[in-house]
Parts: sequence; structure tokens; C-alpha cells
Amino acid sequence: MANVLVFAEANGDTVKSVTFEILGKLSGHSVDVAIVGDMGSNAVADLAKFGAANVHNLKGADLDKYSPEGYGNALKEFIGSNYDYVFAGATSLAKDLMPRVAGMFDAGMASEVTNFNFDGDNFAGTRPLFAGKVLAKVELSGPKPHFVTVRPNALGLPENPTAGAGTSNEVAANAGEIKAAIREIIKGASEKLDLTEANIIVSGGRAMKSAENFKVLEELAEVLGATVGASRAAVDSGYAAHSMQVGQTGKTVSPSLYIACGISGAIQHLAGMRTSKVIVAINTDPDAPIFTKADYGIVGDLFTVVPLLKEEFSKIL
Amino acid sequence: MNIFVCIKQVPDTETKITPNGDGSYIETSSIKWIMNPYDEFAVEQALLTKAANSGSTVTVVRVGGVKDTEALRTALAMGADDAILVESGDNLDSYMTAKALKGAIEKSGNTPDVIYTGKQAIDDDCLQVPQLLAQMLGLPSVSVVVECSEEGGKFTLKREVEGGALEVYDVSSPAVIACNKGLNTPRYASLPGIMKAKRKPLAQHSLSDVGVADSDARVKYSNFQLPPEKPAGKSFDAMDEGNQASVVSEVVKLLREEAKVI
Repeated sequence: MANVLVFAEANGDTVKSVTFEILGKLSGHSVDVAIVGDMGSNAVADLAKFGAANVHNLKGADLDKYSPEGYGNALKEFIGSNYDYVFAGATSLAKDLMPRVAGMFDAGMASEVTNFNFDGDNFAGTRPLFAGKVLAKVELSGPKPHFVTVRPNALGLPENPTAGAGTSNEVAANAGEIKAAIREIIKGASEKLDLTEANIIVSGGRAMKSAENFKVLEELAEVLGATVGASRAAVDSGYAAHSMQVGQTGKTVSPSLYIACGISGAIQHLAGMRTSKVIVAINTDPDAPIFTKADYGIVGDLFTVVPLLKEEFSKIL
Repeated sequence: MNIFVCIKQVPDTETKITPNGDGSYIETSSIKWIMNPYDEFAVEQALLTKAANSGSTVTVVRVGGVKDTEALRTALAMGADDAILVESGDNLDSYMTAKALKGAIEKSGNTPDVIYTGKQAIDDDCLQVPQLLAQMLGLPSVSVVVECSEEGGKFTLKREVEGGALEVYDVSSPAVIACNKGLNTPRYASLPGIMKAKRKPLAQHSLSDVGVADSDARVKYSNFQLPPEKPAGKSFDAMDEGNQASVVSEVVKLLREEAKVI
């Protein structure tokens, strides 16, 4: 049984779902949670439900908003020699922060594992490399604690989570010197979940033909509560923003449902979405490579099929 | 300004990747190597920074195998002034890579004013080296940067986060800046650039020259394998107007009742 700390992010009462996935998988270990900055009280209750023993809320000057150095210094001081492993979901923030904290301990880190196990106190994970074209086993050595980030949606939520004590306490923390600080945050066009966290993704390719036509996908996404993605061909043609790109030079995603519309399925796109649980492909070309990965392949024109899908889904949702 | 760019050489994105015989890494014999695509944005940004600050130099640093130096030659042909190669295997972990980059930068004798990198390498996809390097050098870092402006050593950087939102950072030189697609449009190497690149200095070091030992290894990979293939899916023909509605309603029903994802 290892002493594990899970770094979590709370937006008020809402904790990112990947944190619960990690807690569920760590059942049987002594697991604490650390949250930096403001946190709602319901966050503690949710974390306890999934197994958190103690929830430590690190607070102090300059910790109300993210900075790699401020959060890093606060966590380093708190972690000290108390933990064998530090886990976090592979979110935008943690992907930026965790390597820095690992560096503070001269410690190793396994990035974006999709599964892991402990043999006694020893961690072993599985992670995709080359955007998922291959998988490999990853193990860590050297000074402790060891750091691990976990890809959202990869583990899944536990069906019957074992609750933890969920004791919460506030920890006075020091941000130290901050040389890179956020001056402001410019909101994105989309208020939807990011592609990397989305449960359902509707994605468009070159056959979308224009940026305006993405409206068809947005309408379907609206009904499904989905996030809209795009292939590199669509992004390079100027139909969609790079933040929407799925694939080896974009985002690697693993939603429950991926609907590929007018995407042929270049190898670098397939690498980025093949771990989706269920894949629906719509394409006029019956020989498009995307159909080799599809659970449900529809040979047809996306501009007729997608609106029909929207209609059909809105009947049941 | 002393501008450094850290680059990596990776398999082309269209390459089919297969595990090697004993699963200790991938088969590398027939791979076409390219500069990591995100590093192209870093090289371009370095050249833009140099153009705006007369008297600056751009030094490009790479840690990796020596059998093909495509990535460094490309960077020199684009306009970098000199290059440093630290010889190593192709699958060094992030900690050793960052330590080797730090050692190589320090060995150059020039104190960096800014270090540009790609936001991630598309081979191991770790997204660790820029932040580790910054931490080792005691510098601030901003990652996933999509906009960068600089005046008098003060940088304003936009970092892309979830949902396409942007965090705006103010950072003073020296700093590590990890570049994302969209930051700029990397130039192509011109023919004279390619010719000139051949005469530009390229320093070569071993890992031990830059202070990296075997004991610095932190991450061990094994058991490389292809992801499990999915069984063949179901196929539907919706090319005829007559059956489109019934096909769609059938697929929606399957998504709900068979796949249970809706």
C-alpha cells in the first residue's frame, strides 16, 4: 500500500471527472487529495465518495490563480517526503505543472497513462506513444515521489466506489517567487468541455468544404452535449481552429462516442482517436480508411446523414 | 540576445510504427525522420526574435541519435546560426533529455535570454522537457504558446488551454517558451540557405560531456506493442435517398441499445 497524493482541480464545487477515475483506480491505497486555491465544500463530499482520505486545500497569497511556479512551490513544500506517488489528471493545467514539480524533486514522471497497476508499492502503467500507434509499459525509478498523469476518460468511473473519510483541512501555503504570471484569461469560443475531456465528439474533415458548414456539426453536437473536433485536413484548409484538431499533431482523444463526418482517416488522425469507445463514421467513399476503425460505418453524404442523426437523437434525448 | 532552440528528430507523421523484435522500442530501420512538427514553430519564432533584435544569435540544440541529422540541418538552413548535437539513443527519457539540454546550453558559454521549444514531441508525447529544463535552469516557462510578442526582453505570451481559452502571461527574459501550432508560419529553407547550412558550425558532445550519467534515468519503457485491433464494425449504405432515414434510425437505435453510449 503506497502513500498517494492526487492533485485535483476544483472549479467551485465541481471537480474534474478524471480525478474520480483516478481515485476509483487507487482504491486500497491510502489516498489524499490536494487542491490549490478556492474550493467549494461539495467538492470534498464528492472526493470522499470516491475514496479520498484527506482533502488538503492549499491556500495563500498569489495562489488564487494558476501559475506554474506558484502552484509548483506550494505543492513541493506540501508534498515534502510525505508521499510515494503524486497523481493528476492530464488536464491543460496539470500537463503544464506536473513536470515542473517532478523536476523540483529530480523525480521521474509517467505522462498520460491510460491504465496502471501496483505490484505492492511499485507502479507500472500503460501508455500510448506515437499518438497511440503503439502502446508500452512504463515504470519509474529514482528519487520519490514518482509522478503520474492519467488521460481523462481512459480508466472510466468506478461502478461501486469505496468511500474515504474525506476529512478536509486548510493548509497555509507559499507561492514563492513567480516570474511567469497570468495577466488575464481570454475565454474560448466554446464553453463546451475540451476535446480531451469530452464524452462525445462530433468531428469534421475535408469534406466539410467550409468553415460555415461546421454549423451542421455544431447543431448535432448541441443535441448530444458533444464537443466539435476536426481533422488536420479541415484545420489546414482553414475550416476549423487548431484547438479543435484531433490527431498526432493535434489532440489525442478517447470519448465514449466519436462521430467522424467526412473524414477519410489518415494514419495520423486514426492515431489520435482510435481509443474512442465507439466510433461512427460517415463518408461517401466506402473505401475510406476511417471505416476500418468504425463500429458503425455509414456510407453516405454527411450533409444529409448528419441532419437526420440530429433529428433522430433529439427524439430520444 | 542569445536565443536557443531545442529540437527533436522524430518519425514522419505518416509513418507506420511497429514494435521491434523484443518489444524494447520501435523498429527504426526504415523510418523517415523529420524535425518534430512543433519544433518548426520554435525555430521560426527564434528567427523572428533574432530579426527584431540586431546582434542576436540563434543556437539550435538537439539530443538524439546521430545516424541522420536532418532536423539540425533543416534548422540551420532555415537560418539558425549554429548547432549543438548531444549524441544519445533515440528513446532517452524526458529527465535525461532536459538535463542534457541544460548541460549543452551551459557548455556553449552563452547565457540564454530565451529558449524556444516545441510544446511536445510527437514520438513519446510526454510534454515534460520544456518545463523540466526551465526548472533545472531556474527559469519561468510558458507552454502551449500560440501568440508571442517581445519588446526589450519583455514577452507577452498567450497559452492555449481547454476549450480554446487563452491565458495571457507577462514574462521577462530569460524564459523557456514552448510553442504550439498556430504561433507562426515556419519558413521553408531556401536553396542558398541549404548551401550555407553546410558551413555552419555544429558542435558534438557525448552525454557524459554534458553531465548526464546512466543513473539519471527515471523512466523505463518495455513491452512495446500494437494497440489491439477492433473487430470489424457494421456497415450501412445510405447513398440512396430512399433508405437514409431508416439507416440513421437503425444506427441511433444500435448506439442506444447495443453500444449503450447514448
